[in-house]
Amino acid sequence: MSDHDHGHYHGDHDHSDLSETELRVRALETILTEKGYVEPAALDLLIETYETKVGPRNGARVVARAWTDPAFRARLLRDATPAIAEIGYAGRQGEHIVAIENTPQLHNMVVCTLCSCYPWPVLGLPPVWYKSAPYRSKAVKDPRGVLRDFGFGLPEGTGIRVWDSTAEIRYLVLPMRPAGTDGWSEERLVELVTRDSMIGTGLPKQPHEVA
Amino acid sequence: MEGAHDMGGVKWSGPVRPEPDEPVFHAEWERRAFAITMAMGMPGGWNIDMSRFAREDRPPEDYLGKSYYQIWLAGLERLMLERSLVAPDEIEAAKPLHPAKPVKRTLGPDDVAAVLHRGGPTEREAKAPAVFAAGDRVRAKMIHPPTHTRLPRYVRGHVGVIERVLGCHVFPDSNATGAGENPQWLYTVTFDGRELWGDVSDPNLKVSVDAWEPYLERT
Repeated sequence: MSDHDHGHYHGDHDHSDLSETELRVRALETILTEKGYVEPAALDLLIETYETKVGPRNGARVVARAWTDPAFRARLLRDATPAIAEIGYAGRQGEHIVAIENTPQLHNMVVCTLCSCYPWPVLGLPPVWYKSAPYRSKAVKDPRGVLRDFGFGLPEGTGIRVWDSTAEIRYLVLPMRPAGTDGWSEERLVELVTRDSMIGTGLPKQPHEVA
Repeated sequence: MEGAHDMGGVKWSGPVRPEPDEPVFHAEWERRAFAITMAMGMPGGWNIDMSRFAREDRPPEDYLGKSYYQIWLAGLERLMLERSLVAPDEIEAAKPLHPAKPVKRTLGPDDVAAVLHRGGPTEREAKAPAVFAAGDRVRAKMIHPPTHTRLPRYVRGHVGVIERVLGCHVFPDSNATGAGENPQWLYTVTFDGRELWGDVSDPNLKVSVDAWEPYLERT
């Protein structure tokens, strides 16, 4: 894996540089722990939470419910934060969530050009590409180009709406339900909902992909 | 503050590179950097806008030369050094050399779930009615504050339409400097692609930012 994939914006960082970072993090953790500012068990729990509990699976549940429950869908689009909290997802970096709906006429895409704001409770921590300079610079100017980078295109004439998360409002894209899923349960539909489809850089899987 | 972090529309070489089956963290040090940054918020006493400014207020070559979690780490070090929670010689020596500074609270393992679930809502009670309403045409002001702001350069001076009124929220420009929350009305403002980028824009593109009232003026 190249350094670029690790989120370096510019230039290469050799191994010694990475080691320097590793040593510095270790030094800081030692100092903060010995000074009593941080508790190692809390640090482990923070990591475990975002590695195993809070991730795009949560958002997929929200989307699948919206696809199967029209009343929930209406609540989600009217005021997403309490609707999402009904399923138990809330809090840090998702205090104020707005859900935005894709239609045949309009495709939505979410970015944070200033940093990397992202709806943690429903999508987890952002991927490296979302935090990278190419995405943050290009999404607001050439979103179709971004979609090509992700390997798909939109029909000519489809509107594109880009939401730059410059405040503490976090955006969740509600993608269109794939055709051929009539009668599917929420449980089955969850498997179709990709992380990228909830950011707007991808589409849900098709039924045959999860056969 | 004009910084390299304000990237909207900047010409950048190379495509966006999605990573198949990307892990949440790419190295153990990223896990630890993430966790100490999250955990230090409570004893440190800074707010999210101070954190963002500490990460962003650095020369472009420094900002662009660091990976995401290296920027987090640099921001954390700065916030702690400013408050004398740690000293440079301690970081150098990789161990504490001075007594700990008393802190109000630390994050214990039993607090983690509740603290994350509560988060940090930014909506506040409004003291005055909103100046703008959905449908109003507004111009993003041409401002260049030397301190923290969340009005990206690419919309400054451009005319958009108020799409949503989002309530009254903590104002980052004040909050980042320690001048208080100073809540202000927040709006989703939508711009036509051609207003922002001229003829090269997709005619079917619309871009919105969330902008506080002091960033906007009526046209």
